[in-house]
Amino acid sequence: MNHILTPRAILLASALAIAPAAWAETPADTLVVAAAIDDIISLDPAQSFEFSGNDVNQNTYDRLVDFDPLDMEAGFKPSLAESWEVSEDGLSITFTMRQGVTFHSGNPVRAEDAAWSLQRAVKLDKTPAFILTQFGFTPENVEEKITFDDTTLTLNLDKPYAPTFVLNCLTANIASVVDKETVMANAEGEDLGNTWLNTNEAGSGPYTLAGWRPNEAVQLAAYDSYFQGAPAMKRVIVRNVAESSAQRLLLEQGDIDAARNLSPTDVESIAAVKGVTIQDEPRGRILYMGLNQKDEVLSNPAVIEAMKYLVDYDGIANSFLKGMFMPHQAFLPKGYLGALEDMPWTYDVARAKALIDEAGLAGSTITTKVRDLREYVDVAQALQASMAEAGLTLEIQQMTGAQVLDAYRARDVPIFLGEWGPDYSDPNTNAATFAYNPDNSDEAQATGLLAWRNAYAVPQEMNEATVAATLEQDAGKRAQMYQDIQRQYQAEAPIIPLFQRVENTGLRDTVQNWNSGGSVTSVMYRQVTKGE
Amino acid sequence: MTDADTGRGAAPSPAPDHRAAARRRHARSIAGTLLSLALTMLGLLLVTFIIGRVMPIDPVLKVVGDRATQAQYDAAYQAMGLDRPLVVQFIRYLGEVLTGDFGRSISTGQLVVDDIRRVFPATVELATLGTLIGVAIGVPLGVIAAARRGGAIDQVARVVALVGYSMPIFWLGLMGLLVFYGILGWVGGPGRQGIIYDGMVPTVTGLILVDSLIAGDWGAFRDAFSHIILPASLLGYFSLAYISRMTRSFMLEQLSAEYITTARVKGLSERAVIWRHAFRNIQIPLITVIALSFGSLLEGSVLTEIIFSWPGLGQYITKALLSGDMNAVLGGTVVVGTCFVLLNLLSDILYRVLDPRSK
Repeated sequence: MNHILTPRAILLASALAIAPAAWAETPADTLVVAAAIDDIISLDPAQSFEFSGNDVNQNTYDRLVDFDPLDMEAGFKPSLAESWEVSEDGLSITFTMRQGVTFHSGNPVRAEDAAWSLQRAVKLDKTPAFILTQFGFTPENVEEKITFDDTTLTLNLDKPYAPTFVLNCLTANIASVVDKETVMANAEGEDLGNTWLNTNEAGSGPYTLAGWRPNEAVQLAAYDSYFQGAPAMKRVIVRNVAESSAQRLLLEQGDIDAARNLSPTDVESIAAVKGVTIQDEPRGRILYMGLNQKDEVLSNPAVIEAMKYLVDYDGIANSFLKGMFMPHQAFLPKGYLGALEDMPWTYDVARAKALIDEAGLAGSTITTKVRDLREYVDVAQALQASMAEAGLTLEIQQMTGAQVLDAYRARDVPIFLGEWGPDYSDPNTNAATFAYNPDNSDEAQATGLLAWRNAYAVPQEMNEATVAATLEQDAGKRAQMYQDIQRQYQAEAPIIPLFQRVENTGLRDTVQNWNSGGSVTSVMYRQVTKGE
Repeated sequence: MTDADTGRGAAPSPAPDHRAAARRRHARSIAGTLLSLALTMLGLLLVTFIIGRVMPIDPVLKVVGDRATQAQYDAAYQAMGLDRPLVVQFIRYLGEVLTGDFGRSISTGQLVVDDIRRVFPATVELATLGTLIGVAIGVPLGVIAAARRGGAIDQVARVVALVGYSMPIFWLGLMGLLVFYGILGWVGGPGRQGIIYDGMVPTVTGLILVDSLIAGDWGAFRDAFSHIILPASLLGYFSLAYISRMTRSFMLEQLSAEYITTARVKGLSERAVIWRHAFRNIQIPLITVIALSFGSLLEGSVLTEIIFSWPGLGQYITKALLSGDMNAVLGGTVVVGTCFVLLNLLSDILYRVLDPRSK
């Protein structure tokens, strides 16, 4: 092959390369997705807590219970567990395992694997571990609390929690069932295979991990022995494309099937392109305004009330947040048990001005920190304008996300504008942070609670109601309890939910049954098909 | 200290001839170069390290996330060694670097060495092609512009350079994609490879153009070329703007020199005057210009990499900086620093080869 690099050959190759690309669409059995996936830092289900990492794990692992991508309304359904039974006293739940399911390694999925996976997550105690430890599991007691025999697994809880609460938490990424034998064969020291699982996979899900190059691409290959049937898409390739306009061009050219981070402008212009559709899906994140109660002006009840009337909900949702957010004024996102769709507030500057004048606070100045993300800055500037009309001056300092977060956790952001994403698919995930703060002192350092970050001393009866809702056995009554809490919250809380995130996915017309995971979970690929 | 004396005694007595003296001078200069290189790298690491520690980003928060409990936060804080004094941290880090261990990146979860092995070839490939394009067009353009000063080509060259200096690369990149990929379909889209070739060529050098040739896979080569040509042309354009302006001013300086007048008086053809006399004399400064421009491309052009979804060093370091991922930042800094030092060395060597006085 000595002649391969002759000048003529190179010239020929260049000429060929310049010729128009011959492939206009992706292979029929391959799903190609463009998304910003540079947030992945771990693929270990016990550790991963980022959107893109969970997107991968959702498809490579199964859990005891899972969502049905074609019927999200139904909530969790049996998956690796065939059925379950709650004990009379509500203190234990026993799951019967499905038989005949195998991991990608070929090992059978046993009750032992499922129990070990949960124990492992509790013992490793990485960030998402609280989703499991809130049921009374600790690294020390978890082996007695989570037990198994040949066909069943039993969770022994410290309180009679609502079954919906426990089962919703078991749909979370951290409850993924991992292959004990495979993981332990790759363990280093006492790490329970954490280092290995950060970049590898040992699940039973519809896809196997064929490759991950950080900041570049994730490749998944269909697992043909998947217990719910082999997925139609034999390969799924997720490419890291950070720029919305680049995603748009790729989609228009047919080089990708789905674009997940299109900006509103690109969504608008691509909607007119032949062969492309936009799918809107409400997601779980809530854009809210937090008024720090350490601030003299913002802790005035009249100002709290006035601020609710200074947001141009419809105007903002129809202009610069168009398609990305919809107005939503309760802390539980649509799609959750107990979600509330009441919209008590409208844009009413005159009313806000009257409230502020009456309180004698006209002319006050507030300086706040806003993350330098276009959406947040735009909302802050709209707020600045309407506050000015009502007699308040807002000064905005733009900072990076990490800087604002540091300040927020130090209770040092007067008006916080940003998003909260639920951690798991149960209403408690938001109730326990928005409407629960048992100790509002600085010493409490409850940096994880939004109420504490805003120095909001949640009334004692609301703290109690939030706890009581986690113990209600009846799902219907439980939903009612959350609605009551949210109504009271809307009436008095200084943390004001404004919008719920909507994800716009750009899809080629050929793609059917796309599901980004709704408001409760992560993207699912196994039901996706491609037609004519 | 007796053995020191014997050591000295055992050394060969200094040779009287010039060649040995020159060799000693040479050895001293190499030792000096190595010492200054080591000091440069040490200083570079120290400054980067300190900046990383004082910047207002909490790396622990990046690892454990917003929802971590204080206990989890403290555990990670200790595991990352942040509880030790700065000096201890730095010395520890240096020790690890000397054994080739750059630690683990917190923004990718992988070893920094593996990360760099993956992202640096992408940047090298792009920067090399970009510089080749810049030199191939920029140098002749600069020479002709100087030779026909005020002529049409000079005016064109001026406009080209001006646009190159002033146009935001972000905009040019997007327009380039829109026109050549979106409308004309002449080139591949963002990314280093088309989907069907992804992972098909075994990695040898990490440079996909080279790897696909090694594998003898023309389809993959063609595909990779169609993806690289647009971002490389863009970078090439920017370096050509710089190179052509510098070439022109070097040439003008030479062309006004007396030896050129002499050459013309002697009746040499204009072509010989320009290329054989004047151009030969600007080769040396030109090499420095080209090496510097190549070096700056090797740092990674962040915007170009983002627009073209090019998984290179620039994106890697920028992202690491923004998340307080100091292992990755320091690792990247070492690579970029080493590149600059090596390029300097290379242009030194080329000086010696090209400068007739050093022969």
